Amino acid sequence: MTVLAPTDLDGALAALAERPDATVLAGGTDLMVELNFGHRRAGVFVSLRRVRELREWSRVGDELTIGATVTYTGLERGQIATLVPALAQAARTVGSPQIRNAGTIGGNLATASPAGDTLPVLSALDAVVVCASASAGRREVSVHDFLVGPKRSALAAGELVVAVRVPVLSGPQEFLKVGTRNAMVISIAGVALVTDAARGGLRCALGSVGPTALRAADAESFAATAVEWPSRRATPEAAIEFGRLTAGAARPIDDHRATAHYRRHAVEVCARRAFERVTLR
Amino acid sequence: MTTTRTQARAPRVGESALRPDGIPKVQGRFLFGNDLWADGMLWGKTLRSPHAHARIARIDVTPALAMTGVFAVLTADDVPGSGVFGLEQADQPVFASGVVRYVGEPIAVVAADHPELARRACEAIVVEYEVLTPLVDSQAAITAAAIHPDGNILRHLVIRHGDIDAIGDVVVEGIYEVGMQDQAFMGPESGLAIPDDDGGVQLFVSTQFVHADRDQTAACLGLPPDMVRATVAGTGGAFGGREDICLQVHVCLLALRTGRPVKMLYSRDESFVGHVHRHPARMEYRHHARRDGTIVKVEARVVFDGGAYASTSSAVLANACCFGAGPYRVPNAFIEGWAVRTNNPPCGAMRGFGAVQTCFAHEAQMDKLADALAIDRVELRLRNALEPGDTIITGQRITGTAPVAAVIRACADAPFPAGAELDPDSESAPMLLRPGGAGRTADARHVTRALGFAVSYKNLMFSEGFDDYSTARVRVEDGIATVHCACAEVGQGFVTLAQQIAREVLDIDEVVLAPADTHVGSAGSTSASRQTWMSGGAVEGACRLVKAQMEADAAAGTVQRVYEATFEHHHAPTQRLDENGQGDAHVSFAFAAHRAVVDVDRDLGLVRVVDVTTAQDVGRVLNPVQALGQIEGGIAQGVGLAVMEELVVDQGRIRNASFTDYLIPTALDMPTVTVAALIEEPEPGAPFGAKGIGEPPTISSTAAVAAAIRAATGRAVDRVPVRPDDLLF
Repeated sequence: MTVLAPTDLDGALAALAERPDATVLAGGTDLMVELNFGHRRAGVFVSLRRVRELREWSRVGDELTIGATVTYTGLERGQIATLVPALAQAARTVGSPQIRNAGTIGGNLATASPAGDTLPVLSALDAVVVCASASAGRREVSVHDFLVGPKRSALAAGELVVAVRVPVLSGPQEFLKVGTRNAMVISIAGVALVTDAARGGLRCALGSVGPTALRAADAESFAATAVEWPSRRATPEAAIEFGRLTAGAARPIDDHRATAHYRRHAVEVCARRAFERVTLR
Repeated sequence: MTTTRTQARAPRVGESALRPDGIPKVQGRFLFGNDLWADGMLWGKTLRSPHAHARIARIDVTPALAMTGVFAVLTADDVPGSGVFGLEQADQPVFASGVVRYVGEPIAVVAADHPELARRACEAIVVEYEVLTPLVDSQAAITAAAIHPDGNILRHLVIRHGDIDAIGDVVVEGIYEVGMQDQAFMGPESGLAIPDDDGGVQLFVSTQFVHADRDQTAACLGLPPDMVRATVAGTGGAFGGREDICLQVHVCLLALRTGRPVKMLYSRDESFVGHVHRHPARMEYRHHARRDGTIVKVEARVVFDGGAYASTSSAVLANACCFGAGPYRVPNAFIEGWAVRTNNPPCGAMRGFGAVQTCFAHEAQMDKLADALAIDRVELRLRNALEPGDTIITGQRITGTAPVAAVIRACADAPFPAGAELDPDSESAPMLLRPGGAGRTADARHVTRALGFAVSYKNLMFSEGFDDYSTARVRVEDGIATVHCACAEVGQGFVTLAQQIAREVLDIDEVVLAPADTHVGSAGSTSASRQTWMSGGAVEGACRLVKAQMEADAAAGTVQRVYEATFEHHHAPTQRLDENGQGDAHVSFAFAAHRAVVDVDRDLGLVRVVDVTTAQDVGRVLNPVQALGQIEGGIAQGVGLAVMEELVVDQGRIRNASFTDYLIPTALDMPTVTVAALIEEPEPGAPFGAKGIGEPPTISSTAAVAAAIRAATGRAVDRVPVRPDDLLF
């Protein structure tokens, strides 16, 4: 087993260019599980742990740029949690404290699991993924284009997730996740809802009920008129309808974790509750 | 040798002595079985069946043997002794030959100089299968074509007691199911075998019954038992899952074949197919009672799925049936039990051992009966509670203590702890502590709180004529006592108790424990809540012999340099159950009551158990901290079975063989545990009057949580673990 440990981004990109067979190692919370279960075998790894610029985040105007190796703990606590509360709420639902200390937002994106907890939030925020490679340089990809399918992303060979850019919005945000344990559980349904008071609307995305994070477009259109902006007033009936429309966007499957029927129901309930939390009677 | 410890008086019986292995375990310095190491050792790896049921047409090991660094590849043809093993009935092949009967059944083992190479060598072995239809329905197994030469019926037990045609004024019925729970111990199966010069072998293994390991392994190796020298290696939990052997024969075969030390260590997913599980059960019940609430008769038919091999299914079924009416006076009973063979994963011992499944059913029935009679649920239980001198449904009279009413009253009357009041100030409860926890799914108005109550009993020690004695050797030299006992420490705290007992009897502070191995007589199994009684009694007995020698010498004015004695402790003999399931089959009984408070999210079907309050019959508390530890741990396992712990098995294949998907309670799922009372009525015949306490916390806690969920939702909750769909659709 070979582990390359570059100390800056150029070094990391160079390593990936030289070893196209290499696997990127960030927090290792997905990779080590795959190794332990024999789904992946030892080979060449490029560790990002020492690449300082990937660990940083910054705010320019109303936009945050979050480095790829910012951990879930980093999202959960401190200023990011105030600026993008749904991201912090989603980060809190990931694994145990030890896992959250290790796992990264870039890893969540690159793994592109349908159950990735931050992905519905990034989808609802219309996040932009910043990618880079030694040969092609930097490019920016909408999160909707970045997430291609179950465990499939738009990353090219030798390309790295460098950062993700999200807007700082005014207005409440909610992330609700359903699992059959009260912590440390793989999501069986997740709902992210962010309001944008400035533009007068809300955006809603779903996790674990489709091949990637799904946007609930019909529910969003409905909310644009059913909610009074900027007061955010809405009727109880609107919440029910919002939940129903959101569930309509789900494309769940049956597996050993939950039935498709339950997943769709959970989306409806969580979307209704999220709507109730971000609106006023 | 340290001398500082002797300055303060070391804790005796009844005090909260600290575990001698506690600090090393917390600091990561304790050596578990997976830390075993020997110079020049090879790594063993098992090739397992991918099919639940198949004929093996051909095995070709030559591609694996040809690999550089591979030192041995062994199959059924290489087993010199018995080709089959088993705790009660030798029906399980060391290696499958001809046919495989469950997913994960061993077919071959490899020894190589690197674990990754051993894995690749397993992949290189060619096995051709003719896949057969698996038998996965336990009910169908009763009459289906046999999948094993010994047939599909592992045991058929009928209890006929009193007038089996008696009829009550009120009758309630129900059908109940329990899913397959796993012991989920943290330390995976591990062992190291080192060949000895005389053709024997040393075996270091994580186990809960080292002498049974030794005897079964020796039989398969074709060696006399004393040529297999077995030692308990640091064991990370057991809960019944290490009573059967797994890698013991394999690792010894590899060591003897290669002439080198060989280590085996199961991965987590392998561990889930490497040990037996709790039996899934289907149970049909009918209770008859008089209008005043007196139970007239209990009828039940229970089917336990034993999986592919016998393991301890026979004894598990006996427990399920014997205690299947609960700790109540039941004058008439007809209980029919089946333990059957299927192509599902093998099932055997797990904490509670059969009593867990039927407790879930009989306690649901008691609630149904109370409701049908319009009698308070606790009051109905009190009216029927067993007392000393009563006869249970197997015709055995209770000669020891039976404080059933006391545990019921203490538990039911206990005040609700702060935060678990039935009418809570739920707006102020942190969202993390609501159903859904970290997922932030529930607001206070979505949550319904309710309570449930359940009572249970179970035998202590082995039953039905089994002489499960224990042996201890005690040596006093230079003011230090050394205790040698083969009792496997699997986390229960015998190492602490052995020291306390030796100090108590000998009045010596410094007590050293020798390794638990087969160089001393058997201590029996660390199971059945038996080691405090059996091995505690053996240590006490050996210490008393030593003390008598010392006192006799002192009286005669002489003194020896060394005093040593060995004591074999047997419990009172028991009988096999007869053709009507009657007989004095059990040594002693332990009783417990549990009251659960749960919060349920009505729309999402998610549950959080808020509090479990308990009262338990313990005889006498020998170590208060350890007693509390057993109670908290047992309740964690009971809560787990109630709301999340289930191996999902599809056509014989486990779908969730990982801790990602086999869920056990986290800190956010664990309720507060409130001990309302430990009832201390010394049990006649028990050393220091102490009853075993490890299993009762697991038995009725599941039933109490299920009852609370039933009360919160109005749903039947006739199956555990409760799934969200069961509460919604």
